[in-house]
Amino acid sequence: MENIASIFVKSIFVDNMIFAYFLGMCSYLAVSKNVKTSIGLGIAVIFVLTITLPINYLLQVHVLKEGALTWLSPSLANLDLSYLAFILFIAVIAAMTQLVEMAIEKFTPSLYASLGIFLPLIAVNCAIMGGSLFMQQRNFNNVAEATSYALGSGVGWLLAIVGLAAIREKMEYSNVPAPLRGLGITFITVALMAIAFLSFSGLKI
Amino acid sequence: MAKLFSEKTKQVFLGPLSKNNPIAVQVLGICSALAVTANLKPALVMGISVTVIVAFSNVIISLLRNTIPNRIRIIVQLVVVAALVTVVSEFLKAYAYDVSVKLSVYIGLIITNCILMGRLEAFAMANKPWESFVDGLGNGFGYAVILVVVGFFRELLGAGSLLGFRIIPQSFYDAGYMNNGLMMMPPMALIILACIIWWHRSKNKELQE
Repeated sequence: MENIASIFVKSIFVDNMIFAYFLGMCSYLAVSKNVKTSIGLGIAVIFVLTITLPINYLLQVHVLKEGALTWLSPSLANLDLSYLAFILFIAVIAAMTQLVEMAIEKFTPSLYASLGIFLPLIAVNCAIMGGSLFMQQRNFNNVAEATSYALGSGVGWLLAIVGLAAIREKMEYSNVPAPLRGLGITFITVALMAIAFLSFSGLKI
Repeated sequence: MAKLFSEKTKQVFLGPLSKNNPIAVQVLGICSALAVTANLKPALVMGISVTVIVAFSNVIISLLRNTIPNRIRIIVQLVVVAALVTVVSEFLKAYAYDVSVKLSVYIGLIITNCILMGRLEAFAMANKPWESFVDGLGNGFGYAVILVVVGFFRELLGAGSLLGFRIIPQSFYDAGYMNNGLMMMPPMALIILACIIWWHRSKNKELQE
């Protein structure tokens, strides 16, 4: 239980998807112009991460890992299918986003109206794929740990995008040199936020 | 040859190197650009890998463009890209193991690199294979150039070396010069990139916002 809580907190602050690994930068920069839409995208990322990462974890443990297929027949003990991971993971992610989109459209049209446009974008968000690939490297012990990692990474991403959106809304009124306006100053803002987040890196939980 | 490099193809190739650079102007594929550039060598390998993958996935999608049903095109594109990335990743593991360890998940993340999807959607779905190939090469090089520049400054200022060879002489260190440890941290990649964009936009006034 402690382990699960510490993975959750660590993935929000220490291993923050944006500030430590720069995952999901493209949509992070493109959608962070105002706070409201950025909250929508952030929630969509949490949603998709928490659904796809446990599925990919189960796939990794029961199908892809070396010797994982022994439950089918003991003769498969030497089979290592890890090289299929990229194709399998991205297929799961693309399929799940499609499914989630359809489910939301059917059951909660109001949520669809606010999240719907972001869901197709998310299939190619590096944060989702990155989450699954980091999961593959970290060897979590059980599904609960993988889920808490997914949830934490999603929350960290939400935190980062809402923070940047709030700063960018204020920055509309400041007098930035013309060549730096837009993209350039946004990069510098993100860099300063990332340096601030570096202070969490000594955190021991 | 004259036919191969018509005026249009030349434009397709040269555009992404400057005026239409995938990183500095289109804002695509930032994630990997920042994460792998602490040293020059992984930056070079990443640039080459992405160039190869963009060029070939462009050709494949361009050949298939009339047979792919519109509704499932994203999944088809992802599968083609994922297959190519798997090939490159296995190749690196076999011939350049230390670099592939350093690049870790970022090789896998080429699949979701927005340059890929951006080029496939915007160019390969509407153009012939040869032009798509050239477009892929151009965008790959445009991406690689930025990566190499960022990697060059980070390794030079952060470790005093290039490609692992010491550049800054010992006498500098004896005189009190110190490596800038912050350069090795991820945030500095953002600042260097911001400086590149600043310089690029002050040269090209029409890109300013």
